[in-house]
Amino acid sequence: MSSLALTHARFQLIETVRMPMALVGSAFFPAASMIFFVVPFLGSNPEWATTATASMVTFVVMSSNLFQYGIGVAEDRAQPWDPYARTLPVGAAPRFLGRILAGLALMTLSLIPVIVIAAVLTEATVTPGQFLAALGVTVVSAVPFTLMGLAIGYSLPTKAAVVLAQVLFLPLAFGGGLMTGPGNAPGFIETIAPYLPTGAAVRLMWAAVGDFAVQPASVAALVAWTVAFAGVAGWAYRRDEGRRFS
Amino acid sequence: MTLARAIDVTRRYGSVVALDHVSLDVHTGELVGLLGPNGAGKSTLVNLLTGVRRPSAGRVELCGGDPRDPGTRKVLGVTPQETGLPSALRVGEVVDFVRAHFPDPLGRDELLDRFGLGDLVRRQTGGLSGGQKRRVAVALAFVGRPRIVFLDEPTTGLDVAARHALWDGVRQFHAEGGTVVLTSHYLEEVEALARRVVVVGNGRVLADDSVASVRGLVAIRRVSLTSAVPVPDLPGVVGTERDGDRTHLLTADADRLVRDLVSCDVPFHDLEVRPTSLEEAFLTLTAA
Repeated sequence: MSSLALTHARFQLIETVRMPMALVGSAFFPAASMIFFVVPFLGSNPEWATTATASMVTFVVMSSNLFQYGIGVAEDRAQPWDPYARTLPVGAAPRFLGRILAGLALMTLSLIPVIVIAAVLTEATVTPGQFLAALGVTVVSAVPFTLMGLAIGYSLPTKAAVVLAQVLFLPLAFGGGLMTGPGNAPGFIETIAPYLPTGAAVRLMWAAVGDFAVQPASVAALVAWTVAFAGVAGWAYRRDEGRRFS
Repeated sequence: MTLARAIDVTRRYGSVVALDHVSLDVHTGELVGLLGPNGAGKSTLVNLLTGVRRPSAGRVELCGGDPRDPGTRKVLGVTPQETGLPSALRVGEVVDFVRAHFPDPLGRDELLDRFGLGDLVRRQTGGLSGGQKRRVAVALAFVGRPRIVFLDEPTTGLDVAARHALWDGVRQFHAEGGTVVLTSHYLEEVEALARRVVVVGNGRVLADDSVASVRGLVAIRRVSLTSAVPVPDLPGVVGTERDGDRTHLLTADADRLVRDLVSCDVPFHDLEVRPTSLEEAFLTLTAA
């Protein structure tokens, strides 16, 4: 069972790697943003470079999960291969687990360039403790964005999922303050950002790597988003199972 | 032994009844052709028997178990639709992926050689021709050393040589004791392979008999003639096809039709009277 989940994950990764456009979206854009914006403008200030890197990490967590699951799952559902795989002597679980594992692997792969660029080309710095805290925040904040992606992928056809993922992605990035430093966003964004999933996640990330204070209301908002996305994802998954496999 | 069984099965999709109290037994070693037009219910029947969907009423069994239970499906082989192969994966990788699901699969090379696909092992499935994809899809049904395979339109779109090679593969499996359920609208295929034909239409089993009996069930003849003028409407004609100035008439009473043609002074030549193909028999059955 667990080895089958790994098999599913492995073949999904092979498919993704053979279509490198998917990797460009999740890995190239954050790395390029680091090189063109963070390195020249903020790279020499340790504090700014560190928070900017934290923002970019949150950006990767959001965008890679949103696109991986939102578009990937919608595409899978449209393929006749999916019902065929259901006739093989396993349940639906290994395929689902395999997709989650593949998504986590791709997220990690997209994070590596950001971290390497920050370490080599900027003054960004973290203590080992801060690094572990940031790692923990990465894992925790991957959950709501994974669920958001699954909710989109299971409830919409491919074309609509692609559009919705793209429509959500920029407002989530800017609205959450990922493109601006702590306290530097335009006023209305500073007001709403703590309550958006991206803004709440990046605030936890800033708190992990610097002396930014954790805002309880913002954490509560992230928990609420996670519960809400889990509800929609669960509903959409069961509806999809009911339509195609019951 | 009964390998696949549907017992008084009904399946609804909302208010649409796709299968209406269907019963079917497939015994070990049989090679059954499942015939029916699109929407007749044959895909639904196959989906129930392979565990993709569950019946609204009645019961289905595979080797005495529930096909919805993954363990039961170890004996089962199914063809994916050829358009469904993951296009970025190589043929060998797709085979390995399917092999990973079975306890005692065929070796990759053994399988590919059996279906004449050995030289495609490194090719991505997205770059294969339609015929090659079809052969890969059929081969996948045999990966897990199944006791029963469901082949969906196995040779649609293949050229004659590839079709006959594939039929030989299916016959070999059957000769070794394998059980085959073949769905097709391609009637030459069913006539070439199956001993038993189940005709499905409007969600019911319309006929379940030998190939010869199903054809004999509707003693329809095909009267073909070439005529420069349109053939008038004549009594007893149940179907008309035109192919240039060649007209094909389907009728239960060919003798009367020929007399009528003569007495109506239809100027015809190259008259030909033939027994119907299974296809025509099947059209008459499903139209009833």
